[in-house]
Amino acid sequence: MAAVRVEEVLAAAEEQEAEKRRSITVEKELELEFDLGNLLALDRNPPAAAGLRGAGPRREALLRALARDNTQLLVAQLWELPAERAGGAGGPLVAQLPEPTFRLPREKPPPRPRPPTRWEQFARLKGIRKRKRTSLVWDEQAKEWRRRWGYQRAGGDPARAWLAEVPEGADPEEDQFARLRREKRERVARNELNRLRNLARAHRAGTTVPAVPLHPTGHQSREELGHVARVARVSTASLGRFQPRLPKESAEPPSRSSGKKRRFEPLLGNLAAERSRQLELLRDMGSKKPVLDITRAVNKQLRQEEAEAAAAKGKKQSRRGKRGRRQ
Amino acid sequence: MRPLTEAETRAVFEKLGRYIGENIQLLVDRPDGTYCFRLHRDRVYYLSEKLLKVAASIPRESLVSLGTCFGKFTKSQKFRLSVTALDFLAPYAKYKVWVKPGSEQSFLYGNHVLKSGLGRITENTAQYQGVVVYSMADIPLGFGVAAKSTQECRKVDPMAIVVFHQADVGEYVRNEDTLT
Repeated sequence: MAAVRVEEVLAAAEEQEAEKRRSITVEKELELEFDLGNLLALDRNPPAAAGLRGAGPRREALLRALARDNTQLLVAQLWELPAERAGGAGGPLVAQLPEPTFRLPREKPPPRPRPPTRWEQFARLKGIRKRKRTSLVWDEQAKEWRRRWGYQRAGGDPARAWLAEVPEGADPEEDQFARLRREKRERVARNELNRLRNLARAHRAGTTVPAVPLHPTGHQSREELGHVARVARVSTASLGRFQPRLPKESAEPPSRSSGKKRRFEPLLGNLAAERSRQLELLRDMGSKKPVLDITRAVNKQLRQEEAEAAAAKGKKQSRRGKRGRRQ
Repeated sequence: MRPLTEAETRAVFEKLGRYIGENIQLLVDRPDGTYCFRLHRDRVYYLSEKLLKVAASIPRESLVSLGTCFGKFTKSQKFRLSVTALDFLAPYAKYKVWVKPGSEQSFLYGNHVLKSGLGRITENTAQYQGVVVYSMADIPLGFGVAAKSTQECRKVDPMAIVVFHQADVGEYVRNEDTLT
């Protein structure tokens, strides 16, 4: 009797093992193609055509089974990859994915070329080609190579020009320095206007407007760099919530309405919730303090030593006093 | 008037924590009612919910002060504790300094506390720790920052500063116009 029962137990155990193995083995005619860098599995097996025709719960069940089988195969492939423990022993097991091979198609249509600017049209018409200029120019006065423009340029600092000749045919009473300044201002304004016009033309033509470049170009202003840094911080999967902050960056998380208007909690909102939030904040602040404060520990030690020294001195004095009195 | 944002709450609690440590919980979570902090014109006020409901119906331009003013935020968003918070700091103070009767008046005029005027000081006070200053009769006079730790206080000469003055009750008379 006992032998039969043992056989029964063994048979039951084997049945269970087979069941478990059935759930993790998948039979396919054609092998799947895997691109583990993209976590992609391509199944070229023709599906059971009869079951997939027409909507219904049977179709759902078939599709679900198909998805489960393919996912099983993909996960089995992932487990084959070389893995290591991230963050030392006890950390999560991390697989090293290979480089992706499948080229993903474009999400948006490619950008159209921007329309030529007014100067570009004119230059094309006249056949003017771009000349590459040297960055340094020989300055005869200083007898050395100086920049073409900018700091210590050839030809001296225009702000310190102390002489402005009155051109022929000009009004002798006119202030030449003021005229030069005004003309420079007008030139700058005209340039800026033309740049904006070109941008507007490109925008109207539907092409992508050249936006603030997100990679460092070398001539970006402080505000542009700040904007770029903010965009970089938010371009993570969790929208920048867990990015470490730079030492001098403010600790305010960017509010959803991070534009012109600040939004605050309602004045008489849920006071109990406010209180619990403040208590949690206190708990967070309290937990960050280091448990062992070095200076206080050192001071405590010094205090103990001083107390011992004082006690010893007191004993010595009393002993000396007693000896002296004994005559 | 509006509630404090998280950064502002953190700044206020850090400042308060320097004087009363973890006893801030007793200010936030009181058994005898719900009390809260509100910001009005860069000043932080501490008031009960009952008072808040009443104050909410006063127009912003006409509202001068509400509850107890704990301090204000400066233009560069730093929090500065004012003497009007003394009533709430004194009972929960962790580190206390008692001042001799002779130099009480000097402290109340806004001067720092010298070693010669120091009566008692709490044991194991660290340097630059926030302290509350009392007279010998245990009346809170103001608060300040310990310039020397208790250890060093014993060794310095009598003319050295031991407590930097930050606020005292004499300001109620001196700065009568600007206190809210």
